[in-house]
Amino acid sequence: MHIFIAKRLLVAIPTLLLVSVFVFFLQKLLPGDPILALAGEERDPVVLAELRERYGFNDPLPVQYVRWVAAAATGDLGISLRTGQPVLELIGQKLPVTIQLAVMALGIAFLLGVPAGIYAAVRQRRLGDHAVNFLALAALSVPNFWLGIMLILLVSVNLQWLPASGYVSPWENLALSLKTMIMPAVVLGTGLSATLLRHTRSSMMGVLKSDYIRTARAKGLSGQAVVLGHAFRNAVLPVITLTALLFGELLAGAVLTEQIFTIPGFGKLIVDAVFTRDYAVVQGVVLCTAAGFILLNLVADVLYVLLNPRLRSQL
Amino acid sequence: MTDAAVPLARKGSRAWRSLRRNPSAIVGAVIVIPIILLAVFAPVLPIADPNATSWTAIRLPPSAQYWLGTDEIGRDILSRMIWGARASLLAGVISVAIALVTGVPLGLLAGYFGGWVDMVISRITEALLAMPFLIMAIALAAFLGPSLTNAMIAIGLSAMPIIIRLTRGQVLAVKAEDYVEGARAVGLNHIEIMGRYILPNIVPPIIVQATLTVATAIIAEASLSFLGLGQQAPAASWGSMLNTAKNFLTQAPTYALFPGLAIFLVVVGFNLLGDGLREALDPREN
Repeated sequence: MHIFIAKRLLVAIPTLLLVSVFVFFLQKLLPGDPILALAGEERDPVVLAELRERYGFNDPLPVQYVRWVAAAATGDLGISLRTGQPVLELIGQKLPVTIQLAVMALGIAFLLGVPAGIYAAVRQRRLGDHAVNFLALAALSVPNFWLGIMLILLVSVNLQWLPASGYVSPWENLALSLKTMIMPAVVLGTGLSATLLRHTRSSMMGVLKSDYIRTARAKGLSGQAVVLGHAFRNAVLPVITLTALLFGELLAGAVLTEQIFTIPGFGKLIVDAVFTRDYAVVQGVVLCTAAGFILLNLVADVLYVLLNPRLRSQL
Repeated sequence: MTDAAVPLARKGSRAWRSLRRNPSAIVGAVIVIPIILLAVFAPVLPIADPNATSWTAIRLPPSAQYWLGTDEIGRDILSRMIWGARASLLAGVISVAIALVTGVPLGLLAGYFGGWVDMVISRITEALLAMPFLIMAIALAAFLGPSLTNAMIAIGLSAMPIIIRLTRGQVLAVKAEDYVEGARAVGLNHIEIMGRYILPNIVPPIIVQATLTVATAIIAEASLSFLGLGQQAPAASWGSMLNTAKNFLTQAPTYALFPGLAIFLVVVGFNLLGDGLREALDPREN
C-alpha cells in the first residue's frame, strides 16, 4: 500500500510542477510592465531600475521561475498588494469559510442525489426514471448564480425566512452560522446533486444487472433488501471516489455562490484579487487550487483501492 | 465490416434519421433554433435600440409597450435580451471552436504518435485539468483583461484539455483498426492517414462533446460576465444583466427573472441536443 501511495505521489509531482509553470507564465501574459504596477505613483527611472533589480526582473525568465517556485515550495507565495498580508496567510483565513460551504453543499448533494439515483435505477426507463432524469438535467443546466438570486428573492425578500447575505463563524454561533449558510449550500449543492444522481444511477444500473443480484432475488429476498443491502453497497463505491473529483466543480461554484451571498471565502478572495489586480493572490489561489485537486485525486485513488477488497488484495 | 469502416456519408444519413426520431434532440432543437434565429436577426428585428436609455421609463414592469419591462436606466429589457443572446451564443460557439482547433490536433498527435509526444501532451493536459475550469477562466480573463473576446479565449483554452483527452482516447481506439493498418501498409504518410482515415472516424464523439461544451461555455460566459469579466457595458449580455438586476430585487423583481431563464433554456437546449446526438451517433445506444 505504501508503495502504491508513493508511486502516485511521484506522478503528482511533475503535474504540480507543470501547473506552477503555467501559473508563473500567466503573469507574463500581462500587458505592460509589472514594475509600473508595483511602483504605484512613482515614475522616477532610477527608482524603477532599482525596483526592477530588487525584485529580480532583470534575471532571465528560467532563473525568475526557479526562484519563484522554490519560494512557493516553502509556502512563500508572495505578498498581497491590497492588504500587505502574505498570500498563504490570506488563503488560510478564507479557506475554512469555503470548506464549511463546500461540506454543507456536498451533504445536501448526497442527501438529494444518491437516493434519487437509486430510485431512478430501480425504476429504469419508466416514468419515475424519466422524471428524475429531467430534474437532473434542469439542475445541471440552471446557472447557480441565478438560482441564488431567485432564492434570495423568494426566501429572503418575500418570505423573510433567511438572511440574504453575510457570514457567521460556526465557532461563534453554530445555529446562526448554519442559518446563514444553508441557502448558499443549497445553491451550490443543486448542480452537484445532479452529477451524483447520474453517477449513482449508472453505477446502480450496472450492479443491478449482475449475477449475484439475480441470485439474491432468486433466494426470495425482498426488493428493498436486494437494492439496499446488496446492490447499493457495491454501487456506492465509485460514487464515493467520484466525490473527490467534484472538487473542481465545487470550487468553481463556490466562486459565484460566495459572490452572490457576500461570503468572505476563497472564491470571493480570487474575484476581489482580480479586480484589484492583486496578481500574487490570483497566482497563489490557482496554485493552491491545483495542488488541492491533485491531492484529492490521489486520495480518491487510494480510497478506491482501500474500499475495494479485490483491488486491495492485488497490492 | 466493422462499424467504423462504414462510409461516413452513409453513417451520417443513418445518424440523421435516428436524430430526427430522438425526443431529446427534437426538444433541444425546438428550444435552441428560435433563439439562434433571434440572435442572428437581432439587427433587423423591429425592436428598440438595446442601448437607448430613457429617464422617463426606469425599471418599469412588463407592459404592452415594454414586453419584459425596462432596466435601471430605462433600456428595453426584451431588446437587451435578444442582443444578449448574440453574446451568449457567440461566446458558446467561438470558445468551443477555439477548444476544437487547439485540442483536436494535439489529441490526434498524442494518440497517433504515442511515445514521448503522447507523454508530453498528456502531462500538460493533466496539469491543465488540475485547474478548475472556471477558476482558470477567471485567472486568464483577469490577466488578459476583461472583455468578451478575452472571455471567449479564456473559456476556449480552459475547455481545450477535455477535447485533447477525448480525441486522444478515440484515436487510440481507431488506430488499431484494420483499415488504418492497411493505409499504412500501402505507404500513405502520417498526415494522409490522420486526415483521411482517423479524423473522419473520430468526428461523432467530438461533435457530441462539442455540443455539450457549448452549454458549459454559455454558462461560463454568463458567469464571467456576471462577475464583470466578460461582456463590458453598455453592450448587452445575460450575465451582466443579472449582475445589475441583483441590486434591484425589491424594486424590479422581474428584471432578474428573464436573463436567468434565458440562460437556463439555452443550456437545457444544448444539453438535450448533445444527449440526442450521443444516442444517434453512438451505435451502442441504438
